[in-house]
Amino acid sequence: MERLHWLGQRCQQMVDQGGARGWYSAPDGPLGAGGCPATCRLSGKRRTVIARRGPYQAEYRAISREYQGNAIRTTKYSLLTFIPINLFQQFRRVANLYFLFLVLLNWVPAVEAFQKEITMVPLLVVLIAIAFKDALEDYRRYLFDKTVNHSLVRVYCSKQKAYIDQHWQDVRVGDFIRLSCNEIIPADVLLLYSSDPRGICYIETANLDGETNLKQRRVVSDLPLQGSELTPESFYCRIECENPNNDLGRFRGYMEHSSKVRVGLHNDNLLLRSCTVRNTQTVVGLVVYAGHETKAMKNNSGPRYKQSRLEKRLNRDVLWCVILLFSMCLTAAIGHGLWLQRWTDPIYSIAEQVSPTLAGFYVFWTMIIVLQVLIPISLYVSIEIVKLGQIYFIQNDLALYSEQLDSGIQCRALNITEDLGQIQYLFSDKTGTLTENKMVFQCCTIHGVQYPHTQNARRLALYEEDVAGVPGRSLTLRSGCSVRSLSCRSMSCGHSSTSLHSLTREEEEEEEEPQGGAPCSRMAKEVIPDPELLKKMSCLQATSLCGAEACCLQATSLCGAEASCLQATSLCGAEASCVQATSLCGAEASCVQATSLCGAEASCLQATSLCGAEASLELNSIVDFFLALAVCNSVVVSSSGRACHTHADLPHNLTSRLLAQGEAGPRGVSGALGAAGVQGEVGSSTTATPSQAGASRESTQLGPGTDLVRSNVALENPRDPTAVVLTDMGNREEGVGAVGAPNVGTEPLRVSSLEDPAFCHSGPTAANEQLIYEAESPDELALVHAARAYNCTLRGRSGDELAVELPGAAGRLHVRLLHVLPFDCTRRRMSVVVRHPLTGRLVLYTKGADSVIMELSEHPDVPAGEGYVKIREQTQNHLDVYARDGLRTLCIAQRVLEEDDYRAWQKGQLLAETSIENREELLLESAQRLETNLTLLGATGIVDRLQEEVPETIEALQRAGIKVWVLTGDKQETAVNIACACKLLGPDDQILNANCGSKDACDALLQDLLSEVRGTGEGPGRPTLGEDKALPAAAVGGFVLVIDGRTLEWALQDELKGGFLELSRQCKAVLCCRSTPLQKSQVVQLVRSQLSVMTLAIGDGANDVSMIQVADVGIGISGQEGMQAVMSSDFAISRFKHLRKLLLVHGHWCYSRLANMILYFFYKNVMYVNLLFWYQFISGFSGSVMTNSWILILFNLLFTSVPPLVYGVLDRHTPADTLMERPELYSSRPSSKVK
Amino acid sequence: MSKEENTANRPDNTAFTQQRLPAWQPMLSAGIVIPGFVIIGVAFIGIGVALFVTSQNIQVLEKDYTGIERNSSCFKCTNPRVKNCNCTINFSLDKLFEGPVFVYYGLSNYFQNYRKYGVSKDAVQLTGDLAYFTEPSTTCAPYQRDAKDKPIVPCGSIANSMFNDTFKLFQIVNSGNVEVPFDGKGIAWWTDYNIKYRNPTTNPLKNAFNDTVKPIFWPRPAYELDPTNSANNGFINQDFLVWMRRSALPNFRKLYRRITEGEYAKGLPAGDYALVIGYNYPVLAFEGRKKVVFSNVSWMGGKNQFLGIAYLVIGSLCVVMSIVMLIVYAKFKFPDEE
Repeated sequence: MERLHWLGQRCQQMVDQGGARGWYSAPDGPLGAGGCPATCRLSGKRRTVIARRGPYQAEYRAISREYQGNAIRTTKYSLLTFIPINLFQQFRRVANLYFLFLVLLNWVPAVEAFQKEITMVPLLVVLIAIAFKDALEDYRRYLFDKTVNHSLVRVYCSKQKAYIDQHWQDVRVGDFIRLSCNEIIPADVLLLYSSDPRGICYIETANLDGETNLKQRRVVSDLPLQGSELTPESFYCRIECENPNNDLGRFRGYMEHSSKVRVGLHNDNLLLRSCTVRNTQTVVGLVVYAGHETKAMKNNSGPRYKQSRLEKRLNRDVLWCVILLFSMCLTAAIGHGLWLQRWTDPIYSIAEQVSPTLAGFYVFWTMIIVLQVLIPISLYVSIEIVKLGQIYFIQNDLALYSEQLDSGIQCRALNITEDLGQIQYLFSDKTGTLTENKMVFQCCTIHGVQYPHTQNARRLALYEEDVAGVPGRSLTLRSGCSVRSLSCRSMSCGHSSTSLHSLTREEEEEEEEPQGGAPCSRMAKEVIPDPELLKKMSCLQATSLCGAEACCLQATSLCGAEASCLQATSLCGAEASCVQATSLCGAEASCVQATSLCGAEASCLQATSLCGAEASLELNSIVDFFLALAVCNSVVVSSSGRACHTHADLPHNLTSRLLAQGEAGPRGVSGALGAAGVQGEVGSSTTATPSQAGASRESTQLGPGTDLVRSNVALENPRDPTAVVLTDMGNREEGVGAVGAPNVGTEPLRVSSLEDPAFCHSGPTAANEQLIYEAESPDELALVHAARAYNCTLRGRSGDELAVELPGAAGRLHVRLLHVLPFDCTRRRMSVVVRHPLTGRLVLYTKGADSVIMELSEHPDVPAGEGYVKIREQTQNHLDVYARDGLRTLCIAQRVLEEDDYRAWQKGQLLAETSIENREELLLESAQRLETNLTLLGATGIVDRLQEEVPETIEALQRAGIKVWVLTGDKQETAVNIACACKLLGPDDQILNANCGSKDACDALLQDLLSEVRGTGEGPGRPTLGEDKALPAAAVGGFVLVIDGRTLEWALQDELKGGFLELSRQCKAVLCCRSTPLQKSQVVQLVRSQLSVMTLAIGDGANDVSMIQVADVGIGISGQEGMQAVMSSDFAISRFKHLRKLLLVHGHWCYSRLANMILYFFYKNVMYVNLLFWYQFISGFSGSVMTNSWILILFNLLFTSVPPLVYGVLDRHTPADTLMERPELYSSRPSSKVK
Repeated sequence: MSKEENTANRPDNTAFTQQRLPAWQPMLSAGIVIPGFVIIGVAFIGIGVALFVTSQNIQVLEKDYTGIERNSSCFKCTNPRVKNCNCTINFSLDKLFEGPVFVYYGLSNYFQNYRKYGVSKDAVQLTGDLAYFTEPSTTCAPYQRDAKDKPIVPCGSIANSMFNDTFKLFQIVNSGNVEVPFDGKGIAWWTDYNIKYRNPTTNPLKNAFNDTVKPIFWPRPAYELDPTNSANNGFINQDFLVWMRRSALPNFRKLYRRITEGEYAKGLPAGDYALVIGYNYPVLAFEGRKKVVFSNVSWMGGKNQFLGIAYLVIGSLCVVMSIVMLIVYAKFKFPDEE
């Protein structure tokens, strides 16, 4: 049915074939630049909504008269209007108009070629057939509308003071509706109440965009009625919001209470029509947009329409046919005139009173009727039928079916099959396209220390072989994922068909933007912890186990004291304070001294404590690191034990206490200055072995007292002793406890959760629960699982609180989530502001792309000193190593916020959130304001394995003469590594790096590279010996251009793009790293338009959407990242390897079939018309035909239509095996030529 | 079990859906092509020879009697003012002209395929529908009605321009003339005679033509076309039917009579003959020619040299090509393809 519908669309669109039309029919233009829709289209037009059953009845009527009801009508015709509108629609086709013209022409007596009625037959047949199809289609739409309109929903009725069942079509703007779990939302509803205590409602937008992960929506903030279900009678608020638009990702407005207080509304508050409520018992909302004004309906655009290159070419050939026709008719007209002039009134002539000239003129038109067969109007219909047949075979190909995912190929654009056979440039995304996009945590670096996780890596390698060996294995993976089906979401609501709600989304998102449910593969779950890191962690655990304060924390606080003292010294410079400070430090030192007195054991302990101080900082970093991993994400947690994500009411006393403490004395665990100080100490201690009490004593005395710089200079390599000491520490719990004991009284900061019985109970039970994480991106999932492997477990998420288990504090800690700054493509990072569960300070955790974070963490707001610089350097080194190994890297950073700063920022943020206009820009600005001066904690390396058969596929494609470009947002090293892995980059290939900082430099670089390429290109010509190493290598292999995003930015500019193209044409492959979605599409656009080649773009994520849409053929991979790429693609496949058969076999076949079929069509028409034409020479150019006129009229329609169709659908020009084995055959086709 | 559930979207594995239907794809190697060419060439030559010989054996005798040449006996009749002109053409046969002999009249430069001429008839009228006798179709214009606005039956240019020369053949035996009997039955198409053209059921036929006039050029009305045979009148007159089936080419011949009766059934014996022509039909206005054709037929129809020659040429080309290919193959054959 959908296909038929498409056919209809296609027919209508034939009208616009003049080329003015773009080649896809998205309702709006191409995607906006940069992803975040910056355009503000509000333009002062707003809609006011007030409750329909509320207090202001009269005003309601006045306002909402204009608003549409919720009844929808997607039918095009009614009974009365069917014939005129349908006829009108059909005659918008050029073909039909042409037919009509011929029919009318035949009614002119002087011109008439056949019996008048006969000429009408083809037209009537076509018109009636299409009208019948349209009617049937419309009737089905009507039935569908009827079911939708008559679905029931509970709407508040003021008379009965209750929610009563009503049809969807009776819902009006301003109605209150109540929805339960699994119900489909009937209109765009402003969420006012949710049974969830935190005012959250989960919705599934599968009907809208095919994404099956749950999305959170929240009740309008500050709604006074929170808690109890709201009573519509007393709803005095009025809502101002945008006029209906089709932007799914945006909703702006405010709600004005009766007290004139305004509350900002945004997308989070809106439940969209045709989504499904999940995991939430009851929600109540106010209808804001209804019926056709809902965002879902506004987005309801038809299927994609692209015109294939062959068809464009065909149009040109049809034009040639027209010219040929005219010349033939002209010949006949002249000939007839001359013929008539030759004889005067022969016996067979009709005594007419027309001059030969006029008779010739008449004959011209007669001939147009007679030779109408030449214009192959039915060719268009035939091509469509052939393409449907081709699509059928492509979709039914078992080789394109993935057993693991139970999905075959999905052909979404039905009319560009033959373009698959002409691809010259292939643009591929890396993540999820070449790779599995099953992210698995492999290793990390924290505090400048690398934890290689060798066992983990080995396990991953093993697993890979395992998978390769046993294909059935991944089936179990899938079933593992299906555990996540929560009790609420079992029901499927299938009757909102995707065809109705097929969308093209506007915004572009980077890889980590909310996409789709990332499955929890077993591999991602199981992370074997690094032993070293585990030891450090266990130290943390051990200290807490001993019942006293956590040693590290305490030590840190000590250091904190120390630090403050140092700070005081540096700041004031006053002698007195200095004395005071030294005395403080002295106290500490004396403490150490005291312990050292206790003999050998004590010295040991002292060392422990000392190193504890150092380690504490590192441990702090580790804890913060894993806390950040666990907290800084948007993972939805559910456990197999519970139905919904709802928690029992939280014991608020704890958190409130935490808060109180935090405000009372926010002294940092991880003040950077303190860190520097401690490191200073450690640095000195490196010289001393733990047993050398005296030396260490000396160093302790030295440390606090001396200048900061000196102590920092002393710092060398803190790693090795740390390790030693840590092992020591793990074995000496008692000693640590002993050291820790004296300080208990002095530091009231930390909370031991053991004190709270509620948490103590929940601890062990929770451990048995199987947690199920649903993440928006696979990276997040991998990180959360990694954190879990180190006992930093994200237990639950409830509103603005996260339940987290930390190794240091037994039981569940509740982290107050103060702010989430979600991921976006411009910032390339995400942040959360939390109150630290242990210190109570406000901490901003940021996780993001390494380049961004490294930049932002260059100058932390606390003077860091060289220690920090060292850590940064170390981390950068590790990052480079990771990238070389082909790992995806993410950096974790934090920033401890001052309360005042935070409050100030909060005001700005609130302003930004509530503003209706320029909200996005303001939010971005606000986020950037907060995310500065970060302190780097560490980085993670996530492995993403190559998909199976990727190297073979790429090799085959390259042999087929297709140039493969990889466009990725990843780092250069990662990209090169992956390129090597997938054989895009052979061992003999020469890499050309293009990285430069300015436009001029870029220009010069491009010229240099170009001359290099050309120079070597000429190289093999002259007889050189193997002295020059580069030369033979280049002669064997090709050039691979590796260009990064910044250089690409320059290269894409008008002045340089010629050079860039020239260079890239010389290269075998091109790798674009660090490219933004916009750049991806620009590259594709550039190559496509400048080189006028056939391009194919393949990708899986939302960041590839623009590229997929720009390319001639867009292929989406229905993988881990949701459906956006698929929704915008022409073909959707499940694995990259399928591309091989799709292009080499199906593309080749489709192209040769269609091209030959078109030739066949032209041939038979031209042949027949020639017969008719040459006959004119012996019939006085009078336009007579030697066949029956029925044969002539039905020649294309009936008598010769089947053979080309059969040929076009079934012909196998070369066997599939041969085509697969010899990819070279692919390029042997004449490029985009019909003839 | 679970495997089946997991493969709900799996396409059917049939030969059709997987495009594995058996297909024959000829590998045009030398081993096939060269013998193929030889076989085709030989077969064509065989057919060509058969056709050519058959065609050669067909006897055709054409006699142009337009009378352009002054010494022609029919020259006197070319003057349009001469009415009921008769002329005689003498010819002699050296040997037996094998029967059955068909007598045709031929016209040259006569465009019966002229479109406006072709449509100028009323098909319904010719099925004997009396309503169309009084109201002929407009397609007949300008031969729809005469100057007095009387309907013309049969209307239209084709009927109007009906060929009306008559022929009689005499064998000159001992200075006496023996008329060769002509058979005029069954010379029209069966469908024309039985289905397409019908006379009105009116009896006598003449009454049906009341209030109508004969075509302008006709000497007699339609119901008197054949005075000798009352059944051969009206629209089912054989000559009329033959004329009404238009020729496709401007040079054509139409069957006039057959010689199937009596002693001439076996053919025209050698001797002298006189063809007496009733010269009525004007062709000089359009530089036309008129002729009489005597011909016998074979299994392949009338005399047609072209077909045989075409077969021979193509067949020989095939053989020549195969020899050329054989030479090329022997010279340049790839060793690994053997």
